[in-house]
Amino acid sequence: MKYIEPHAHMVSRTTDDYEKLALAGCAALCEPAFWAGFDRSSPAGFYDYYRQLTDYEPKRAAKYGIPHFCWLCINPKEAEDPVFAREVMSIIPEFLDKPTVLGIGEIGLNKNTRNELAIFEEHVQLALDRDLPILIHTPHLEDKLKGTKLILDALGSFSKLDRGKVIVDHVEEHTVNLVLEKGYWAGMTLYPESKCTPNRAIDMLETCDSDRLWLNSACDWGVSDPLAVVKCGFEMKRRKKSAEEIERVLFENPKRFLSQSPNFKIG
Amino acid sequence: MPSKKDILDLHFMDARYKLIDLAAFLDRVERHPGEADFRLAGFKKALPILLSDQPGRAKAVLEALSDHSTEPAEAATIQFAYGAPQ
Repeated sequence: MKYIEPHAHMVSRTTDDYEKLALAGCAALCEPAFWAGFDRSSPAGFYDYYRQLTDYEPKRAAKYGIPHFCWLCINPKEAEDPVFAREVMSIIPEFLDKPTVLGIGEIGLNKNTRNELAIFEEHVQLALDRDLPILIHTPHLEDKLKGTKLILDALGSFSKLDRGKVIVDHVEEHTVNLVLEKGYWAGMTLYPESKCTPNRAIDMLETCDSDRLWLNSACDWGVSDPLAVVKCGFEMKRRKKSAEEIERVLFENPKRFLSQSPNFKIG
Repeated sequence: MPSKKDILDLHFMDARYKLIDLAAFLDRVERHPGEADFRLAGFKKALPILLSDQPGRAKAVLEALSDHSTEPAEAATIQFAYGAPQ
């Protein structure tokens, strides 16, 4: 099944997973910068992480024939200290001209704090200054609804923002239409224990405007499944979706959004 | 488009399995000593939504388990989330 994995944290995965992705038909993979499961102690830790995302991971993926792209930022979990966050942000521009960087992400909120919000807005401005797409993380569990509303309010104050170049990720049934109705793209994350199951995601595809929706596994160091997207494609087949419809959601939709970045090129 | 019967054929056993697991979870919490916290209260508040005749039950359950405050927090005291509002 031809598909794009638009959100995967491969720095946390084994090389075996690249082989599984290749066997499953993964045509491209995108990796947003994120929280590594612990707080890094210095900006130098992020410098090395950005080197890993822009240099090492594309080479590792290429061994399995998978084009690898990335998004850069300091994630909201490590943005609570604004002095530290701004130090890290100061090194990001050096990496933005690398050939596989798509844009700014995954920025957003974690515990919906004023400091997280300030750093989020500074990232949005950086993306605007560089005319780059934006990938946004929405908070977990009980914090998601409030965080999504705060994010949408903050984005609304950027009058020059092209909403078609912004994807708000990890939506669920209570946030998906808030995002789509404002003109943004929305991402659904398929997790075994939280976020969406494949069947809930398909329900949303059936009941919402599916032209601006994508599916991702967001596989990382936690409970997650790197094959979640293609397994959801299989569930779509069981629910009598046509091959064209499955390819539209799993391949054409992410390709259409990601192609807004000049660096996203796949064969 | 699949019929209601098609959906039942595909998903009834899975939903049955999850429903029994919910019941067993409530029994398990009740059987063990100590005090429950806000998570169980939030869970029980959401349960009646399952019996509603209105569509949008998943959305309503998620909203019942959400923080409905509107102002940004002054600071983060924890990095994780509990799954139910305190």
